[in-house]
Amino acid sequence: MLKASQPTGIHTHGLSTDVLSGLLSRHGRLPRWRDIVRYVSPLALVALWQGSCSVGILSTHLVASPAQIVTTAWSLMRDGTLEANLGISLLRAVSGLSIALLVGMVLALISGLSRIGEDIVDAPLQIMRTLPVLALVPLFILWFGIGETPKVLLVALGATFPVYLNFHKGIRTVDPKLLEMAQTLGLSRGQTVRDVVLPAALPDLLVGVRYAVGVAWLMLVVAEQINAESGIGHMMMDAEDFLRTDIILVGLMVYGLLGLLSDNLVRGLETWLLAWRPLSPRRGENA
Amino acid sequence: MSTLSSPAQTRPGPMVNAVDATVTVTGLTRRFANGPAVLDGLDLHIAPGEFVALLGRSGSGKSTLLRMLSGLDPVTEGSVHRPDDVAVVFQESRLLPWRRVWQNVVLGQKKDDSVRARAEAVLQEVGLAHRSEAWPLTLSGGEAQRAALARALVREPDLLMLDEPFAALDALSRLRMQRLVAGLWQRHRCAVLLVTHDVDEAVLLADRAVVLESGRIRTDLAIPLDRPRRHTDPQFEQFRQTLLDALGVHDD
Repeated sequence: MLKASQPTGIHTHGLSTDVLSGLLSRHGRLPRWRDIVRYVSPLALVALWQGSCSVGILSTHLVASPAQIVTTAWSLMRDGTLEANLGISLLRAVSGLSIALLVGMVLALISGLSRIGEDIVDAPLQIMRTLPVLALVPLFILWFGIGETPKVLLVALGATFPVYLNFHKGIRTVDPKLLEMAQTLGLSRGQTVRDVVLPAALPDLLVGVRYAVGVAWLMLVVAEQINAESGIGHMMMDAEDFLRTDIILVGLMVYGLLGLLSDNLVRGLETWLLAWRPLSPRRGENA
Repeated sequence: MSTLSSPAQTRPGPMVNAVDATVTVTGLTRRFANGPAVLDGLDLHIAPGEFVALLGRSGSGKSTLLRMLSGLDPVTEGSVHRPDDVAVVFQESRLLPWRRVWQNVVLGQKKDDSVRARAEAVLQEVGLAHRSEAWPLTLSGGEAQRAALARALVREPDLLMLDEPFAALDALSRLRMQRLVAGLWQRHRCAVLLVTHDVDEAVLLADRAVVLESGRIRTDLAIPLDRPRRHTDPQFEQFRQTLLDALGVHDD
C-alpha cells in the first residue's frame, strides 16, 4: 500500500537493471568483469562482518556471524523447524493473497465497468487505503482472536488495495480508440469487456499483483510477530527470548528470499501473459 | 438498412431521388456546445458500389460526418440512412495488441470451423498471409493498415468507410495501399467513402469527389476517368486542379 502510492520506484529500478543487463550481454567481455566487480563489495562486507565477529569486535549476542547463520540454518532445516514454520507462513501468505486477488479484482471490475459501481465502491476504498492497515492489528485481535483468521485477513486487507487500485486504473484507462473500434465492429458489451477491456488492463493488474505480493510479506512479518504460535515471524520472536540472533537472522534471510522468489514469479507471469509486447525486456514499462 | 435519426424528426421520409442509394444523408446538422455548426444541413447520397472521396480542410466536418455514419456519434438533427453492414478503417490500425493478426481480422465474428480459413483468405488478399500469426505490435505501419483493411473486408460490408487510412504511412507504402484498395474495391464492389486530405488520392481512386466546407458540400465532382488511372493523364491533372481550386489551393 505504501509502495502503491509511489509506483515509479520499482519501475525505474526494473528498467535500469534491464538496460544494464542488455548492455552487458551485448559487450562480450564486459559482463564477467562487471559481474565480479558487482559482487566484490557485498562479499567484502560479509568478510568484514565475519572477521569482526571472530575477533570479538561484534558481540554474538547482538549479531551472529555469517558462519554461525549458515550452521543454524542447516540445523533448523535438518530438524524440520524451518520447514514447518515456512510452510505455515507460506500458507498464510497464499491464503491472504488469494483473498486479496479475488476481492480486489471483483471490486475493481464493479467500479471500473459501471458508473454506479464506481460511486459505491471507489470512494470508501480510496478513504480506507489511506489508513495504515497495521494500525488495525489491535482491532483484528479483538474481533478475530489470535488464531489464523486475523493473520490471513491482515495480509488480505493490505494486499487488496494495490490489486484494486492498479486494476481499476487499468480498466479505466483503456485506449478509447480501441473501444470505438470495438463499437464499429459491432462487439457486444460482454465481448468488448472480454476481448478489449480486460486484456488492456492486464498489465496494470500484474503490476498491482507485484505490489500486493510485497505488501503481503510485510503484513505477514507483523502478524506473525504478534500472538503467533508458528511461522517464520514466530520463530524469530521466540529466538529473541533466548538471545539467538543467528535464528533471527536466518528468519530475515528467509523473508528476503521469499520476497525475491515471489517477485520473480510474478515477473515470469508477466513475461508469459504479456507475450504480445514486442520487446520482452521492456516488461517493467508500466510498473 | 438502418435509419439513424433524431427523435424530434419532423421531416417526412428521407427518400428523395435515392431509393436505391446505399447511404442517404438528409439535413444532417451537428454542433458542439452551441458553437457554429460543424455539419450544417448536409445532404449526401452514395450509390451501391460507388467510390466517393470526401475532401475538406481540417475542421470542415469530414470526421464528424464519418463518425455519425459509423454510428460512433448520435444523430441529433437530420437523418442518416445506411446499410447494417458497414466497416471502418481508421487512420491508426487500431488492432488489439494482445490478439494475433488473424484473430484481429475475425474479431467479433462467429467462431465456427471456417473462421481461421476466412481470416487467412482475406489476409492473402491484402498480401499479409505470412504475418497471420504475428503480434500486431511487430507489424510495420503499412502491414498494420493492411491488417485493418482485412478486418474490414472479412465482414463483407455494403459500405466501407476509410478515415484517412494512408495518412500516417510513408510515401511508398501509401502508393501500394492505394493500389491495393483500388483492386479490392473492383473485386468486392462495396460502396466506399474515403475521407482524405490528398487530392491525388481522390482523383486516383474515386468515382466522385465531394468537398466539404463549413459543414456543407461545396463541390460535388464526378470523376469519370477510366481505370487504371495515371497521374500523367492530362484529364487527371484537370480534375486535380479543379479539386485544388475547390479546396482554396491555387498555384500562383
